[in-house]
Amino acid sequence: MNRKRGGKVRLATVWLGGCSGCHMSFLDLDERLIELAGQAELVFSPFIDTKEFPAGVDVALVEGAVNNRANLAMAETIRARSRSVVSLGDCAVTGNVTSMRNILPVAATLAPFGGTGEAPFRFDYAAVPELLPRALPLHQVIAVDGFVPGCPPDPDRIWTAIGCLLRGEPVQLPEEMRSFG
Amino acid sequence: MSQTITIDPVTRIEGHATITIRLDDAGEVADARFHVTEFRGFEQFCIGRSIWEMPGLTARICGICPVSHSIAAARAGDAILGVRIPPAAALLRRLANHASLIQSHALSFFHLSAADLLLGMESDPARRNLVGLLESRPDVARNGIRLRQIGQRIVTLVAGQSVHPSWTAPGGVRVPLAPARRDEIAALLPDGFAIVRAGLALLDEIYQRHAAEIGACGDFPSLFAGLVAADGGLEYYDGLFRFTDSHGVIVEEIPPEHYDLVVGERAESWSYMQFPYFLARADSEDRGMYRVGPLARLNICDSAGTPEADRELLAFRAQRSGEWGAVTGSFHYHHARLIEILHALERIREILDNPDLLDHHVRSEAGVNRPTGVGVCEAPRGILFHDYEVDDNGIIQRLNLLIATGQNNLAMNRTIRQLAGAFIKGGQFSEGILNRIEHGIRAYDPCLSCATHAYGRMPLRLQLLAPEGTLLDQLARP
Repeated sequence: MNRKRGGKVRLATVWLGGCSGCHMSFLDLDERLIELAGQAELVFSPFIDTKEFPAGVDVALVEGAVNNRANLAMAETIRARSRSVVSLGDCAVTGNVTSMRNILPVAATLAPFGGTGEAPFRFDYAAVPELLPRALPLHQVIAVDGFVPGCPPDPDRIWTAIGCLLRGEPVQLPEEMRSFG
Repeated sequence: MSQTITIDPVTRIEGHATITIRLDDAGEVADARFHVTEFRGFEQFCIGRSIWEMPGLTARICGICPVSHSIAAARAGDAILGVRIPPAAALLRRLANHASLIQSHALSFFHLSAADLLLGMESDPARRNLVGLLESRPDVARNGIRLRQIGQRIVTLVAGQSVHPSWTAPGGVRVPLAPARRDEIAALLPDGFAIVRAGLALLDEIYQRHAAEIGACGDFPSLFAGLVAADGGLEYYDGLFRFTDSHGVIVEEIPPEHYDLVVGERAESWSYMQFPYFLARADSEDRGMYRVGPLARLNICDSAGTPEADRELLAFRAQRSGEWGAVTGSFHYHHARLIEILHALERIREILDNPDLLDHHVRSEAGVNRPTGVGVCEAPRGILFHDYEVDDNGIIQRLNLLIATGQNNLAMNRTIRQLAGAFIKGGQFSEGILNRIEHGIRAYDPCLSCATHAYGRMPLRLQLLAPEGTLLDQLARP
């Protein structure tokens, strides 16, 4: 990784269309988070107050499927501003539970809000992002450099992946860490 | 000329959302809205799935409270099977639910809110987080990490893994508890007690630092709702669905499976989260608003039922507003959360001493005996309902999920309106003021992964609109 000598890796964690379970597993690193804070600077994450995804990110860990137009725009921003983008967890890797709605048309998915099939409930898409026709795994909308499967990936898996990334290497997980679910 | 302030995304909450604040011609707050911006559609795509997979499937609604969702789903399944689950299974579910509450509340207090509470709402936004807390208050931050770890470790010891354990099932749970695991849980408790007591000792500092704003942080009369035990005690798994008003008077108390007789749900075009309301007061000024979660639970119960938590409950209730009988300020959610952690540790200690706990009989076998079932439990953020209707094979035909955070939706909107109105004057505001408004949402610890989130391009967008709504000018600041 082309970072300055002594500089910290600029790390981002992003939550798209998922349940935050991958982020919870990330927090399950527990005391290792303190060690990580010594080597990486968290520049964007649900846990900090940065509002805009910054430029010059070294590593972006992305949880969740690409489910709506805001996720799509965010995925493109992440790609444009990050050296290395990693799909974190089964929703980002395969679509997983988030993509279970793909068997239905969007209007049917939104049926609990009321209205009928012919006159569905109308959302103000200036206020809430429109759902995409299908929820997609991250690599179907942007190029992805690494994959960490699991629902969620357990903390050891995440730590192994982060170890690769901090050394500037591609994510390489041993076989037992490549399972889904 | 009116302006709209957009906070996008709301950060340090468990999920993503935006806030818009509309100012009138004089620069005073006309309206504020909390927009939940993601929707995943569980109520529709779970139709056609089997009740046997619902605990595992609906756990994925939320990575923060998967245990609560899987328990509510399993309980709906219990009702459909028409079985009484073995005593050990009920104890184990209670144990996991208490542990899940410990980790979730620790996350809310220490990881997400402590920076606001201890460093200040106006402190440097770049350091106003767990990493900044590690630098300036390392003991507090490390304690938070450790307390959350204790909760997650107990969930793992009981249920096999901390996030999305496939362990509850209709009829009970899949795996009994081994004695060695019980002992390991017991060994974790002293640390947990020490940390939560240290957390409670921080409250003086917190209340002093925020004395000026507590009254504007969601302090208004509302109904409060949640489970209570048959004796009116604090309860998280079984019991009655109770509503009290802001004077502490019980206005409704029914078996929870009849929740739909007292709660309705409204939709608004500007949020993917619905707005549940108390039906009998739908036409009142507050549209049937009620609050759930730690603040509500401590308001509605007659007692906590454990010695340390009961002592703390007395101190908590001393914060009652003079005007109303209940603790009506949402700032006190933080205090309530710490008391609930203490109570959960006490309850876990009791459960570990119960001789039924290690029984190997943890699951009642049966087929589908009833077409409908409602499962309930108190999740960290409030009462949670899973309501299923199935065919003869147990395939879901209809389901309704009434999620804790949704039930706070009206109150969260009211809270940000109150905060914005108190702090934004003459169109003037700062980053710190906007953070205060975000903190008003954080106090509820909303778990929006049940229905959430967006990422905005701009951290703050100011739009100048003509009276008819035409965009005249806009400003963005990084």
